[in-house]
Amino acid sequence: MNNAYHIIDVGRDSIEKVPIRDGFGKGLKRAGELDARVVAACADLTESTRMQAFAEAFPDRFIEIGIAEQNLVTIGSGLAAAGKIPFVSSYAAFSPGRNWEQIRTTICLNNQPVKIVGSHAGISVGPDGATHQMLEDLALMRVLPNMVVIAPCDSIEAEKATLAMVGDTRPNYLRLAREATPVITTPDTPFNIGSALVLESGADVTLIATGTMTYHALVAADNLYKDGIEAEVIHVATIKPLDEVTLLKSINKTKAVVTAEEGQIIGGLGGAVAELISENTFAVMRRIGMRDRFGESGAPDQLLAHFGLDAEHIRLSAHEVLAKKGSN
Amino acid sequence: MLNLKVRLTLTKDMLHKYSIDQLQMIANDIREDIIKMLEHAGSGHSAGPLGLADIFTALYFDVLNHDPKNPDWPDRDILILSNGHCVPVRYAAMARAGYLDREELMTLRQLGSRLQGHPERQRLPGLETTSGPLGSGLSQACGIALAHKMDHVLHRWVYVIMGDGETDEGNVWEAAMFAGSKHLGQLITIIDRNNIQIDGPTETVLALEDYKAKWEAFGWHVIEIDGNNIEEVIDACAMAKAIVEKPVTILAHTIPGKGVEFMEYDFHWHGSPPNHEQALTALKQLRTLGGKIKSEHE
Repeated sequence: MNNAYHIIDVGRDSIEKVPIRDGFGKGLKRAGELDARVVAACADLTESTRMQAFAEAFPDRFIEIGIAEQNLVTIGSGLAAAGKIPFVSSYAAFSPGRNWEQIRTTICLNNQPVKIVGSHAGISVGPDGATHQMLEDLALMRVLPNMVVIAPCDSIEAEKATLAMVGDTRPNYLRLAREATPVITTPDTPFNIGSALVLESGADVTLIATGTMTYHALVAADNLYKDGIEAEVIHVATIKPLDEVTLLKSINKTKAVVTAEEGQIIGGLGGAVAELISENTFAVMRRIGMRDRFGESGAPDQLLAHFGLDAEHIRLSAHEVLAKKGSN
Repeated sequence: MLNLKVRLTLTKDMLHKYSIDQLQMIANDIREDIIKMLEHAGSGHSAGPLGLADIFTALYFDVLNHDPKNPDWPDRDILILSNGHCVPVRYAAMARAGYLDREELMTLRQLGSRLQGHPERQRLPGLETTSGPLGSGLSQACGIALAHKMDHVLHRWVYVIMGDGETDEGNVWEAAMFAGSKHLGQLITIIDRNNIQIDGPTETVLALEDYKAKWEAFGWHVIEIDGNNIEEVIDACAMAKAIVEKPVTILAHTIPGKGVEFMEYDFHWHGSPPNHEQALTALKQLRTLGGKIKSEHE
């Protein structure tokens, strides 16, 4: 298989795992060094959202907001109005979970380049339970005009995404996960806001994944190869704007699609790809994600398997869409 | 009448260019424009904008350091209208100050107009934010004041206009706590204390009193004034600028619908425009007043 952009053997147990949020922390500090306009604000979660390194390096450019997420993003809007490039972070369940209207009016309609960082997104936040498992953020942010939505697949990509966001003049949402996540890209892997990345080529089925699920899609592709199926794996770091050209090229080739995300199947990546297909082409499709329900407490791996958010379920879904494609 | 054609080269020359009598005439003109705009638009809010006419006159024609011909002037003071539904008074004041032609006021709320029903920054130069949903102006002002503080910019003031009913919103108190905590001394809030909101009197809907004590408890200096007295507004702003160790709230007691007898004090006029006959009556009243709107204390 052609795996030009990820150099790891996904089957190995020894694969390096690093929390995606760590890459954000490194990227933010680097962004602070490169651009004096970069400032950061946090709602009492500085260490766990990984803003700590920036706060220590640039204490005069770090703002502790307190536990007030509506204030967090609206102060961000004001900072941007005054020429700063503000990164504002909390857990995704609270920001953008609690402050959506403020984001809509004071950032998106007002079109200020605030960088909203939602950490601890997805079911894999684990034992904290459903209240803290943010599964709706992609849909909430994707529906907003002007907003760019980015969900990196590993820490290296998160670092690149953070640096790229500094130069982007639009409102941005960056989705991060809590758990250590396999590192599947390298410093040389290209990253551009708005570009999807074909990680593996194949002609039978297209696996489209974002965030933490991209690793699972790669594992699924390896296992499908053993089943005699060549899967194309596309990592969609930028869910909005969607890289329609790259996706349609693959979808028109395979006519069979499985999407995978750690979020609701309604309105997120799966929703976006379904919209793309239905307006442009014909393909059999299945969405992997939370099926219109909330999560619960549990160990991250347990929960992912329980709710069908893993490589095995992607593999089975690929077989399903291929069977349907064959019967059409 | 005033000669508004005076070329404003250095905006500091604007300071005290107008006498209080002249400012009262301008406020009256702005009230007339508000009535005409709202009648023409057929929808919009009457009471708030009329009650705020004296405050906006004081700001745009005396207090603010600004340049209507260069709305993005980097050294300008910032004026944020948090209760966006009162924007007709801002549009009317901006037109009188030279930001736009007065003819354009009649496009309020029409398709393609720069004068949206609630203000949008990107549509009209001179608006600093986009507002309408209540409670978010103060925190944006905090962000701007904080950025100025970070950059050691001490000569720019950030003014926020809020409604009293608006401060039911939790976001306001998050911002109030933040500004007090960070000692944002360049921040001046003017609260339109007109005692009405859509469902009735503020003290019936959700009691705000002891209002002054609330703001003081959050770390603010509070000045109470008659908000329909232009001289008091100007003096309070000057006092607020002299208090640099704390943010300042000016509790401006105003009469909703001020200047139009049948609208005054009546919360039913919060969200309604006058019809043609009502507009004629209102304009006749305003013209008879001849700018003689004065403080109730005089």
